[in-house]
Amino acid sequence: MNLQIAFPFERELSELSFDPSLVVLLAGVLAALIVGSLVGFILSLSVKGEAGRATVANLNARLRAWWVMVAVFGIAVATGGIGSLLLFGLISFLALREFVTLAPTRAADHQALFWSFFVLLPLQYYLIGLGWYGLFAILIPVYGFIFTAVRSVLAGDIDHFMARTSTVNWALMVCVYCVSHAPALLMLEIPGFQGQNANLLFFLVLVVQLSDVLQYVWGKLLGRHKVAPVVSPNKTWEGLVGGILSATAVGAAVWWATPFTPLQAGGMAFLICVMGFAGGLVMAAIKRDRGVKDFGTMIEGHGGILDRIDSLCFAAPIFFHVTRFFFDVSGQPVP
Amino acid sequence: MIAGALVRLSKLISGARAVFTTPIEGDAQRIFFANHTSHLDFIVVWSALPKNLRVKTRPVAGRDYWVKGLVRRYLSAKVFKGILIDRTPRSATSEEKQQAARAAIDRMAEEMGDDSSIIVFPEGTRGSGDEISPFKSGLYHLCRLKPNVQLVPVYLDNMNRILPKGEALPVPMLSRVVFGEPMEMRRDEPKDAFLERTRSALEKLRENHT
Repeated sequence: MNLQIAFPFERELSELSFDPSLVVLLAGVLAALIVGSLVGFILSLSVKGEAGRATVANLNARLRAWWVMVAVFGIAVATGGIGSLLLFGLISFLALREFVTLAPTRAADHQALFWSFFVLLPLQYYLIGLGWYGLFAILIPVYGFIFTAVRSVLAGDIDHFMARTSTVNWALMVCVYCVSHAPALLMLEIPGFQGQNANLLFFLVLVVQLSDVLQYVWGKLLGRHKVAPVVSPNKTWEGLVGGILSATAVGAAVWWATPFTPLQAGGMAFLICVMGFAGGLVMAAIKRDRGVKDFGTMIEGHGGILDRIDSLCFAAPIFFHVTRFFFDVSGQPVP
Repeated sequence: MIAGALVRLSKLISGARAVFTTPIEGDAQRIFFANHTSHLDFIVVWSALPKNLRVKTRPVAGRDYWVKGLVRRYLSAKVFKGILIDRTPRSATSEEKQQAARAAIDRMAEEMGDDSSIIVFPEGTRGSGDEISPFKSGLYHLCRLKPNVQLVPVYLDNMNRILPKGEALPVPMLSRVVFGEPMEMRRDEPKDAFLERTRSALEKLRENHT
């Protein structure tokens, strides 16, 4: 039953589960959740008016879902590499399912989709487990890109061929390739940071999700000027600036859990927030294009799983590569 | 236990969300009739039913498919207790086909007894999912034999993409099982009017809930 043998970084990660800085981070998140839930409870007692009640009910539904999500993520990170791989693999699976449900594909794409779900997706995460960076980085953009197009063309249906093939590729890139860069942080080799890579994963998820939450909070409190009225009418400049700045501040404040200096941690957090906003905007455009408000109904108050991870999709690969380039030993340019 | 596992598996693959436009209550006998695009259809409808209805509901399925192999035979005999119908070969004359169809309807009515509900696909065969084909007359003749049963329209959304005709392996997507308002056969209702009325009930579910 020892699956973990196949994973070279497993040993380091089992030590990680006791990493004190991770425990402190998790405790901080739980404290914030408790405060948030109390605020939600007080608001539910004092709120007046139809619209206000609906907003508070939605807020409390979101908070309940946050408790579950934090518990699941906490357990996954604590169980080390295998837990994180399984969790993000499952997230990719569910996200891909939501994406493909909305995407206009035809019967001729069935085989390409089957391969996407049951071969490319598991393989991508297995490569992270193996620590095989070289193939991990090109599996979907090179092999997947070519294979899915060839598989669809062999089915002999030319109607909207380019749109359909692009759709399958986008689904794979967003839901599998991009998301897989979050657990791929566990592959990095950062001098002086051995055995603590789970902190990086925690840092990424904390900052990107906090940025979403704080943009929502600032937007509800002060939001006046719409930032992208056509694509995402609920996003405001006030929410955007307030959310990004405060999430960046939190990111800088937890520098001690990362391999970064406070300034570097702040810079990374800012990058994550900006990419997160960009991801959310692009996903919103896809939803509008398909005429839906949410990708699914899986998470109460939030919508589907893609609605929750839309900002992670773009933040994860950029954070991964910037960290790898500047901090990973193998990312250094060869002299 | 196996029934429970099957229900969960089919929900995982089809991500099926059951939508009840009106609650289905009471222990009337029912004929659930649905549009048909994939081999998974009846399992999905069956799984979407609340347990108290599910145990009394039997799918009507082709014998040739469900007697092949131990697993299929076990599932159809013990788990969902399918009413297996002989399919007539394509080469049969129209008279033979008619005779077989009549025999099949009689079997269904008989197997329903005065307790079981059934799931049927009145289009008679799987379609591409683009449109709902005209109903075969089977539903009409069955209702003549069982005039007091409730007819419940069930619209299956997106199943044609999960397991299209001609494919062996399913792709996981989210589907929906929309249960419409129960209806009944009217007294002396002409066949064509009845078949069109029931078919348009599915069309309405498709327009209003997708």
